[in-house]
Amino acid sequence: MSKRVLLGLLLACGLTASALTPALAQEPKAGGVINAVIQPEPPGLMLAMIQNGPTQMVSGNIFEGLLRYNPKLEPLPELAESWSVSEDAKTYTFKLRKGVTWHDGKPFTSADVLFSIEMLKQTHARARTNLAQVDKVEAPDDTTVVFTLKQPFGPFLGIFEVGSMPMVPKHLYEGTDWKTNPYNNAPVGTGPFMFKEWQKGSFIRLVKNPNYYEKGKPYIDEIYWQIIPDAAARSVAYETGKVDVLPGGSVENFDVPRLSKLKDTCVTGAGWEFFSPLAWLWLNNRQGPLADKRVRQAVMYAIDRDFAKDVIWNGLGKVATGPSSSAIKYYTDDVPKYPYDPAKAKALLKEAGYKGEKIRILPLAYGETWQRWGEAVKQNLMDVGMNIETISTDVAGGNQKIGDWDYDIAFTYLYQYGDPALGVGRNYISSNIAKGQVFNNVEGYSNPEIDKLFADGAVATPDSKRKEIYEKAQKILVEDVPVAWMLELQFPTIMSCKVKNLITTGIGVNDGFKDAWLDK
Amino acid sequence: MLSFVAQRVVKGVIVLLAIVVLNFFLIRLAPGDPAIVMAGEAGASDQVFVRQLREKFGLDKPLPEQLFIYVKGIATLDLGFSFRQQAPVAKLIAERLPATLLLTLTAFAISLVLGVLFGTFAARFAGTMLDTGITIFALIFYAMPIFWVALMGILLFSVTVDWLPSFGYETVGANLTGPAHVVDVARHLVMPAMTLGLFFMATYTRMTRASMLEVKRLDFVKTARAKGLSDSVIQRRHVLRNALLPVVTLAGVHAGTLIGGAVITETVFAWPGIGRLMYDALLQRDYNLLLGVFVTCSVMVLIFNLITDLIYRLVDPRIEFAA
Repeated sequence: MSKRVLLGLLLACGLTASALTPALAQEPKAGGVINAVIQPEPPGLMLAMIQNGPTQMVSGNIFEGLLRYNPKLEPLPELAESWSVSEDAKTYTFKLRKGVTWHDGKPFTSADVLFSIEMLKQTHARARTNLAQVDKVEAPDDTTVVFTLKQPFGPFLGIFEVGSMPMVPKHLYEGTDWKTNPYNNAPVGTGPFMFKEWQKGSFIRLVKNPNYYEKGKPYIDEIYWQIIPDAAARSVAYETGKVDVLPGGSVENFDVPRLSKLKDTCVTGAGWEFFSPLAWLWLNNRQGPLADKRVRQAVMYAIDRDFAKDVIWNGLGKVATGPSSSAIKYYTDDVPKYPYDPAKAKALLKEAGYKGEKIRILPLAYGETWQRWGEAVKQNLMDVGMNIETISTDVAGGNQKIGDWDYDIAFTYLYQYGDPALGVGRNYISSNIAKGQVFNNVEGYSNPEIDKLFADGAVATPDSKRKEIYEKAQKILVEDVPVAWMLELQFPTIMSCKVKNLITTGIGVNDGFKDAWLDK
Repeated sequence: MLSFVAQRVVKGVIVLLAIVVLNFFLIRLAPGDPAIVMAGEAGASDQVFVRQLREKFGLDKPLPEQLFIYVKGIATLDLGFSFRQQAPVAKLIAERLPATLLLTLTAFAISLVLGVLFGTFAARFAGTMLDTGITIFALIFYAMPIFWVALMGILLFSVTVDWLPSFGYETVGANLTGPAHVVDVARHLVMPAMTLGLFFMATYTRMTRASMLEVKRLDFVKTARAKGLSDSVIQRRHVLRNALLPVVTLAGVHAGTLIGGAVITETVFAWPGIGRLMYDALLQRDYNLLLGVFVTCSVMVLIFNLITDLIYRLVDPRIEFAA
């Protein structure tokens, strides 16, 4: 076993445990400041209106959702202290916590929940999709909210974390122009930390909410989110002790082994269970050689995904078996397998009548690791006789090409949000083929059987029925290879060991620092 | 002189208008759609969402109408609104301008002072070891990429000897005031200003040296020497002053571009300046912000060009202002 593989295993298992377990046994200490890196600088902090990664990471401390989720993705109380589901699985009743206040002192009530839902339907694309099955939302009293669904919707309890459905203060947003509301730049939430200061280009400062409803929490006095645009400079900032936390993805992957070995450094891969980032290659099913299933299968056989995991990603992550990540519900590995087999790839290409037509590959402009991966895949495909041309663009240019279907092969990675109905089906159902947009079914795969399976899976009851449907869908997709699944990515969080309990849920750093404390 | 300045201002406004119109269309020629970038970052992209974003950006309007709205705004000193950053463009630029000016003007001063000084010495001792030493020293910093010098600087001065901070404008969270704050900012400024300054220094060194050697051969220098003036007086009053004209021209061009020209230095050292703002705006296709930065940089270039022309007159009284 190579050193890199060993390191990966250590990171995945041992260090995760060592980073988290001792903290559980110790009594939390109050006070102190955490310096964390945020990259890139978020465009804004109003989570209901901006949902990119950095915004979620910072604002997950300011805003809250009704629920949060443990690493097994089971719901935990947040602003809702309890919930119940009717027997026909169409009515969900949430009891809100009493005594919760917004950072400006006004009480948080069910009216805020109703307002937030109406606002999010207009400003939050994912929330709008998630709420499509909701027939009506009512608030019989200040602390009760009742959702009535049009039909049972299996993943419904999984749509309430802070990034998916942040609560917005009705008294500050109702009747205003949301996009120019001054509170967008000084957000007011119910979360454990309050917005204090943002020096653009330098740092964002959050301070402890002294009136937080969980007594004694948060333990930390202040969080400074430091904005350091260069990946090497972020590594140096950690090495020189200027920052305590490097959230997943903050540094290039090839720097992770070096930083992990530093004194008093703890590393964990935990906290990504809800998102389960899965990397794949979009394959344009519409035109050229890739319209032939055999060529797409040849791509799967031609690529050495273990090499990518062990060398390019330094042993982090896991080779994907299909459209679902192994961390989300209804995953099965009982699907056709595509081991690295260049001979089989060549045979399939010959059978498909591939005659060396040019195939354009679009790497992802997310930094050096992705660039290297693009080169490795190109080499793999050329080794089996494919004529590959690399097209280089920045992220915006790449998105436009993919949205306009002007590509043959393109790298991507997407979140899965815990359930196939929320984060998997969107990439394979034919109703999601829409030119000009990214992250839907841009490969142009169309299979009525898959459409029906995902439609049925979302509303089927009981759970065993959903499992059966999604397992069948995975088998069909893996056989058809609409896209080439590569790796379940792992973005390790690197931190000083004095930071305890930073990651306690399946939402990780995006869930806020309310449980974190410093062992000074 | 006043009519000269007035005429230059009028010409400047016309140039500025041309820059705005040209850049307006150039930016839109680049592939990439701000609505799709934002939708992508949100991890979701349905038709309704992208349409809403286009309406929000005003991208659903015909291009000539978008241009008219923008130019009308510029005429009233309104640089527009960055919907991505949810703030007026003028405010975003004003927040970053002081840091950029501090960095680039310091670097400019370092490059100019050291460049002219080294150039003078190199010319004075042309052909000696000192001349060769200075030339090699200057060319090393000119030949090495800025990001490399920056990273090596960080490795040496921050990681190895721990003398200087590796990133930022000030020590975050220290809440320093008065002289302590000045010292703190100065410590953060040393590495980025030196990195940028040493790069430009080479040009001034080479230019000063070449120009001085050329002037040294002219007849009036021989006359001065024949009159019995000391060597230092000849070098300072006669040679250097006459040799400075091309250096001033170059400095004028550099000074104008310094505002937007420090992207790499600002990125490596996490310096919160306009270069980074522009780079981020470019990646995100934040049209209004990008145009706003371009307009600011263009105004700076025009102002510095005007100042350069005025300095010509001071350096060489034979030059007259032609209206």
